[in-house]
Amino acid sequence: MTDETAVKRIWVFIEQEEGRAHQVSWELMGAATRLSKELEGSQVEGVLLGYNVAHIAEEAYRYGASRVYLIEDPVLEKYRNLPYSVGASKLVQKYKPEIFLIGATTLGRDLGSSIATRVRTGLTADCTELAIDPNLKILAATRPTFGGNLMATILCRTHRPQMATVRPRVLPLPEPLPTATGELIRESLDLSEDDIPVKHVGFIPREGGLNIEYADVIVAGGRGLGSPDGIKLLEELAGLLGGVVGVSRPLVDAGWISYEHQVGQTGKTVRPKLYIAAGISGAVQHRVGMANSDFILAINTDPNAPIFQIASLGIVGDLYEVIPELINQVKAMQQGTERS
Amino acid sequence: MHTVVAIKQVPDTTNVRINPETGTLIREGVPAIINPYDLHAVELAVRLKEHFGGKVTVITMGPPKAAEALIECVEQGADRCILITDRKFAAADTLATSYVLARAIEALQEEGPIDLYLFGLQAIDGDTAQVGPGVATRLNVPLISYALHIESIDPEARVAVVHRKTERGIEVLRTRLPALLTVLKEIAPVQRAPLPNLIRAARYKPEVWSSTDPVPFDQDQIGIRGSPTVVGRAYTPAPRQAGDIIRVSELGLQECVKRALQNVQASGAVDLASIVDAKRPTDGNGGEHS
Ligand SMILES: Cc1cc2nc3c(=O)[nH]c(=O)nc-3n(C[C@H](O)[C@H](O)[C@H](O)COP(=O)(O)OP(=O)(O)OC[C@H]3O[C@@H](n4cnc5c(N)ncnc54)[C@H](O)[C@@H]3O)c2cc1C
Ligand SMILES: Cc1cc2nc3c(=O)[nH]c(=O)nc-3n(C[C@H](O)[C@H](O)[C@H](O)COP(=O)(O)OP(=O)(O)OC[C@H]3O[C@@H](n4cnc5c(N)ncnc54)[C@H](O)[C@@H]3O)c2cc1C
Repeated sequence: MTDETAVKRIWVFIEQEEGRAHQVSWELMGAATRLSKELEGSQVEGVLLGYNVAHIAEEAYRYGASRVYLIEDPVLEKYRNLPYSVGASKLVQKYKPEIFLIGATTLGRDLGSSIATRVRTGLTADCTELAIDPNLKILAATRPTFGGNLMATILCRTHRPQMATVRPRVLPLPEPLPTATGELIRESLDLSEDDIPVKHVGFIPREGGLNIEYADVIVAGGRGLGSPDGIKLLEELAGLLGGVVGVSRPLVDAGWISYEHQVGQTGKTVRPKLYIAAGISGAVQHRVGMANSDFILAINTDPNAPIFQIASLGIVGDLYEVIPELINQVKAMQQGTERS
Repeated sequence: MHTVVAIKQVPDTTNVRINPETGTLIREGVPAIINPYDLHAVELAVRLKEHFGGKVTVITMGPPKAAEALIECVEQGADRCILITDRKFAAADTLATSYVLARAIEALQEEGPIDLYLFGLQAIDGDTAQVGPGVATRLNVPLISYALHIESIDPEARVAVVHRKTERGIEVLRTRLPALLTVLKEIAPVQRAPLPNLIRAARYKPEVWSSTDPVPFDQDQIGIRGSPTVVGRAYTPAPRQAGDIIRVSELGLQECVKRALQNVQASGAVDLASIVDAKRPTDGNGGEHS
């Protein structure tokens, strides 16, 4: 038997809503698995809180957890800061993980700092890169600061766990192993509804339900569109490619399209397979939101536009010529395969 | 109704430049502003005072220069401002920052009851969004982060109904007061400061608290000593490897687009031709040609 207290536990908080796991949890599981290869004696484990959520543990094993700590309680049915942070902190105090990773979602950013404060440890915010420092054997968590102008690698030398929140979609989603299993450890919360000062009294679902973070193809436009009509052109191409429309911030500020479409530091971080940036100059605040896309096709009239520095391929040209031609040629390709 | 607002003075990150040789921030000539979210928090507190009576207290931890930011809050309508400043507070991470702010608030609680604590969602320089939740946890008051709108607030019954924005929509939450909110900009539009406030602000001197007086802060929990996180390395982001650039003016439109699509196909990122099968199986237009 392994010595339980000597195991260096790398924990991933498994975010779930209504019994469905948020994909960032598995992105983190992939990161934790990579970290554990660099950290001798370590093991990847999941932390799952909620009500009627035990089935998610099975998924966690497939994404790399060897063990899942589960607290199921009616007061955890919908997320609230107090019961979640009390529950997670209790687990931390009992099992003393070495590292604890949480998604930098609205839920994770609300929860992470409360846990870190309760257990009095350090928390690195909104990381985009995680590594084990080869000399110190501790977590080196890198995050963009000052509006993406500066990257800072942050260490937590003496306090445990070393905590970090990580933005969704900056780390790749690992392939699940369909046969993997693990060990479930159940713990209790010991809080009653009367102990909790915040109550859910309503919910207004977001209109449209657009989720550009998880789109495979994004056709994005910027100020180079010149008028709100240009968005129709983006929509047409996006429709052909099974994608969605993204934009730079000035278009949202001008009221041409809703905030849900904004990519960048104050918008969404995206990681599509194909990102088409048309009439977008490529300001750093935009780039931090899309630079991890697999293929970036930039279309801009200005050959010196900074977007070309990160483009996989750049076309110097007018988007009002290039996009209609893209639409033509893509249509031709698709019709070609349909006929064959 | 007594509201305490925490504000931070930040460099205007729109103007931040990086020294390309050293990878460090050029702070000279970068204007200091009130963190944009915090402006809205102060504004909300002032609106609540207008409606319910009471007062607005603003606190900040920062260098002596942060007094400027507090004076702007008096222009906005704050009654009392406290600058918590001492070299010993320097290089605090969010754990140490939340300790200082929570301890200062506890000292204010001894003077009289407080109904509401307002923080910005996040500071535009540090960008962590961790200070508000940290302070709420330390004070053991309910936390509502990403607060978008106050539907109702009743200082007598000590309850409020607050809208919280999440990825999926808006949660409507009822909370006991006092509570701590971290606010989005939509919480209250910033209005032009009225003249009497400007006159008062011109003569106003914020209270200054040090690390020992009037509150004896635990010296092990402040500044660099009280901060578990340290910045190991700071650098400018490495640019992604740039690919080819082709010009419509040289190759012509059709050829440029053809090459672009070939490149996308060859990269294996997406199979453009097959997308139609997966995503548009019932599209009428495609059917015409088959
Ligand atoms: C704190 C902060 C946060 C921010 N957050 C974000 C954010 O989240 N997301 C974001 O996008 N921005 C953000 N910004 C704004 C950012 O700094 C830039 O101002 C913005 O990204 C620029 O948008 P743009 O590229 O569309 O416009 P511009 O910079 O004006 O670029 C327009 C481009 O279109 C090209 N063009 C013009 N006509 C054509 C044509 N016919 N065909 C092809 N090309 C053409 C031009 O050559 C130019 O390169 C933020 C700024 C700050 C200060
Ligand atoms: C490059 C860099 C990276 C950093 N990364 C981290 C990190 O990952 N983890 C970490 O713990 N610390 C980090 N810090 C330290 C952190 O910036 C400071 O602790 C800072 O004092 C508070 O954090 P913030 O600016 O992120 O505030 P946020 O938590 O984003 O601020 C939210 C709100 O809290 C209030 N507030 C914040 N600071 C003050 C203040 N001084 N006085 C009054 N009210 C305030 C305001 O209402 C503000 O709107 C970093 C610092 C630098 C320079």
